[in-house]
Amino acid sequence: MTEEQLHDVRLTVNGAAHQVRVPARRLLSDCLRHDVRLTGTHVGCEHGVCGACTVLVDGTPARSCLILAVTADGLDITTVEGLTEADGSLSPVQQAFEDCHGLQCGFCTPGFLTTITAGLRRKPDPTEAEAREMIGGNLCRCTGYQNIVRSVLRAAEIARARGSGS
Amino acid sequence: MTRMFGEPVTRVEDDRLLRGHGAYLDDLGHDALACAFVRSPHAHADVLDVDVTGALDVDGLVAIYTYEDLPGRLAEPLPLLIPHPALTHGRTQYALARGVVNHVGEPVVMVVARDRYLAEDAAERIIVTYRPLPAVVGIPAARAAEHLVHPDVPGNVAANLVQAVGDVESALAGAAHLLELDLSIERSASTPMEGRGVLARWDPESHRLRMWTSTQTSTGVRAAVAAKLGLALVDVDVITPDVGGGFGVKIMHPWPEELLAPWAAMLLGRPVKFVEDRREHFISSAHERAQQHHVRVGFDNDGHVLGLDVRFWHDHGAYIPYGLIVPIITSTQLLGPYKPGAYRVEFDSLYTNTLMVTPYRGAGRPQGVFVMERTMDAIAAFLGLDRALVRERNFIRPDEMPYDHGLMFQDGRPLIYDSGDYPASLEKLKKLVGWDEFEHVRDAARADGRRVGIGLACYVEGTGVGPYEGGHVVVETTGKVKVATGLTTQGQGHQTVFAQIVADELGVPMADVEVVTGDTRRFGYAVGTFASRAAVMSGSAIALAARAARAKALKVAAEALEVDAGDLEIVDGIVRVVGSPGAAISLGTVAVLSNPLRYAFDDAAKAATQFAVGDVSKPPVAEDDEPGVEGRGFFSPMQSTFASGMHAVVVETDPDTAEIKILRYCVVHDCGRLINPRIVEGQIHGGVAQGVGGALYERMVYDEAGQLQNASFMDFLMPYVSEVPERVEIDHLETPSPLNPLGIKGAGEAGVIPGAAAIASAIQDAEGFAITAMPISPSDLFELRRRHERAARANGGSHERSTAE
Repeated sequence: MTEEQLHDVRLTVNGAAHQVRVPARRLLSDCLRHDVRLTGTHVGCEHGVCGACTVLVDGTPARSCLILAVTADGLDITTVEGLTEADGSLSPVQQAFEDCHGLQCGFCTPGFLTTITAGLRRKPDPTEAEAREMIGGNLCRCTGYQNIVRSVLRAAEIARARGSGS
Repeated sequence: MTRMFGEPVTRVEDDRLLRGHGAYLDDLGHDALACAFVRSPHAHADVLDVDVTGALDVDGLVAIYTYEDLPGRLAEPLPLLIPHPALTHGRTQYALARGVVNHVGEPVVMVVARDRYLAEDAAERIIVTYRPLPAVVGIPAARAAEHLVHPDVPGNVAANLVQAVGDVESALAGAAHLLELDLSIERSASTPMEGRGVLARWDPESHRLRMWTSTQTSTGVRAAVAAKLGLALVDVDVITPDVGGGFGVKIMHPWPEELLAPWAAMLLGRPVKFVEDRREHFISSAHERAQQHHVRVGFDNDGHVLGLDVRFWHDHGAYIPYGLIVPIITSTQLLGPYKPGAYRVEFDSLYTNTLMVTPYRGAGRPQGVFVMERTMDAIAAFLGLDRALVRERNFIRPDEMPYDHGLMFQDGRPLIYDSGDYPASLEKLKKLVGWDEFEHVRDAARADGRRVGIGLACYVEGTGVGPYEGGHVVVETTGKVKVATGLTTQGQGHQTVFAQIVADELGVPMADVEVVTGDTRRFGYAVGTFASRAAVMSGSAIALAARAARAKALKVAAEALEVDAGDLEIVDGIVRVVGSPGAAISLGTVAVLSNPLRYAFDDAAKAATQFAVGDVSKPPVAEDDEPGVEGRGFFSPMQSTFASGMHAVVVETDPDTAEIKILRYCVVHDCGRLINPRIVEGQIHGGVAQGVGGALYERMVYDEAGQLQNASFMDFLMPYVSEVPERVEIDHLETPSPLNPLGIKGAGEAGVIPGAAAIASAIQDAEGFAITAMPISPSDLFELRRRHERAARANGGSHERSTAE
């Protein structure tokens, strides 16, 4: 069988430009993990249900296991590795997860972090019901979601405090 | 210094994981070759032919292996991990199918290629010719034994086990009342977010195998791989990377892939990796839970149980590598906090052409608790007594501890409860949920046309199962403390809680303590993480190791400071004379002094060189001593320690759609002394969610041909946030265990155990008829309603209140 045809794909990932050569069928999740070598994005089901592979594409949460890398050419992608503050400290959402014990095994966590980061941009002051809604499409098997809901509310609190300079 | 034990400190694991810097199995080995497997599409078939011709010209193909390629012990059946005298017909699979397949998903051909995409390209071009055989699916078909899974296993029965205390037949005959119940639980599975995975590197120059595997037992994998591949144990390193959840399924070992990947790596001289996909996890790892039970219970007018006879059938799937652990746990832990009077339990463990069964969080307890608690509710309903009262009347009292049930537990040791206060737990639970006032809530809701109900369920859980765990603590010359234990971690926060223990025992800041788990290079003796045993077993062992290291540090410091060791204390990493703060020496310096040196490799080391220290009248290292400030400890208790708890649930059922909504979920939990309440509560939250999943949503749906119909996250309904209770209300009771140095009991599994029982109890309370099978979907409940309405009409009566169907 002949070798697969490869395609040049330019991605901006966490602000850095990457050029990769991948087959047309390469999933964006695999491309990020194995070609760009950012393994923080995890693959839990490869059919778009669990949300572990969620990244931000031009700021909007998207399941990277449902996107072909070639179709992401030219897009701006943020993975969990890109969430930390410029000074290297944890982002409000990351910090909230630490404060509230919002993770156990940590495998689903990157997808929650990206999803909530985008969610809080749209809704910086969510009610508890809105916090549930925000994470309603992501699966976690460890936490029973109790502390993830708390983390969403706590993240909003941290973001407000940081925003006000305190 | 603040005591760390008991503090809800945040986890040391989190920073790395939150930054995306975790290292899970598939994050490793970017240079490795990838495996894919051709798996059986049939539940039962002869394998007639494997034709690989079409795959040979696939770009990037490296190797294809079938059973015929397997050498030596790799060609033998996989081990029967836990033999038992009653397991007379134990059968295990081959690493690759040998002429016959016994469940959908059984591996037949292994493909190795440059990456997983290409490996799958090749796998799909391999043509396997099967001759389908009749499939045995479900307990009724297995019992009927019209067809056999294994032709040499009559009746599909791998084992029949009876345990009895007292004369149950006389007790039942003499009891004022007798009820019979049929109770069943369907299949579910651990379903961690990360599936299985293994990476192997063979170094031919040093003749060493190094492998990483997403496992709950690195030492178990190491021993199995060494044995199967003919390697010396010391030439095999097994490292557990970050593991994305286990919940039981990853204790199974060796998986075929855990043997085949290292074998291929040795043959090919290249690193080889296998990473399971989600469908593979559903059809090729392991399930649990499916059991059917028939109960006969005799009791007096006050609801005291006088005799209990339980006959049950356990569906263990196509193979039985993990032995009888799950049904033995059901047999014994079914008793919960109660005295059953005379007790007899008998089970058959049955083969079916479905995926094998190994323990899933709770491990036979959810079934046992469902049986016992449904029985308690049935007695209460029959006598018209309060359900909590009937339970209380049957409780083992605190002054009866330790309580010997006269049975053998899953560890082969007597079932003796070490401590517990069940009446106090029930009091707390009733208060937390408002049990005594609930009648008004129920009546008020009914007046509004709503159906609400309350239920409760109690459990006792043997935790901290042996045989042993060990720990190693070493103080480095920097003053940093390095800790290792052999068992593995899947998200329970071991790095944090073990550091808390060491910080207290040694007297150092927690930030100076670093813990490694599940790496055979660091600690080679271990059993594994299962049965809620990590804190009890490794926590205790590490405490003992830290105490040994502390004693050594005090001895060295006493010599240096020329004082009596008994006058010293260690605070914040400084050894000092009690009451004399000037006389002090840092632990790091003590570590330097503990290791007599010839060479000064840095400034600190000068203090330990031969012209600086030493009494010339003695050898530099005494005969009974060793260099270094280190401690090793092993903990091997006589028996398990028994944690307990009780859950109460309030549900509302929709009068039209039969949708079941949980309004409140209350937990009283007793796992002895809490090392870290935050982590314990997290464990309970997660367990409760799995309990809710197992009660209302999750089931493995096999059709009669043995095809798993819902092998994806689209169709297997794992709870999202929308399916779990908004609050899990928790109260703790701390009854210390007398069996270990820290007074602790296990907490990992507890949350899941009484879920199905408590929710069934609440649905029954809302609906007024017996709930005897779980999980229950709205469709199931709707059907039950129709059946009971028809029965009520036929009887000309209103509500049927009988609980014994």
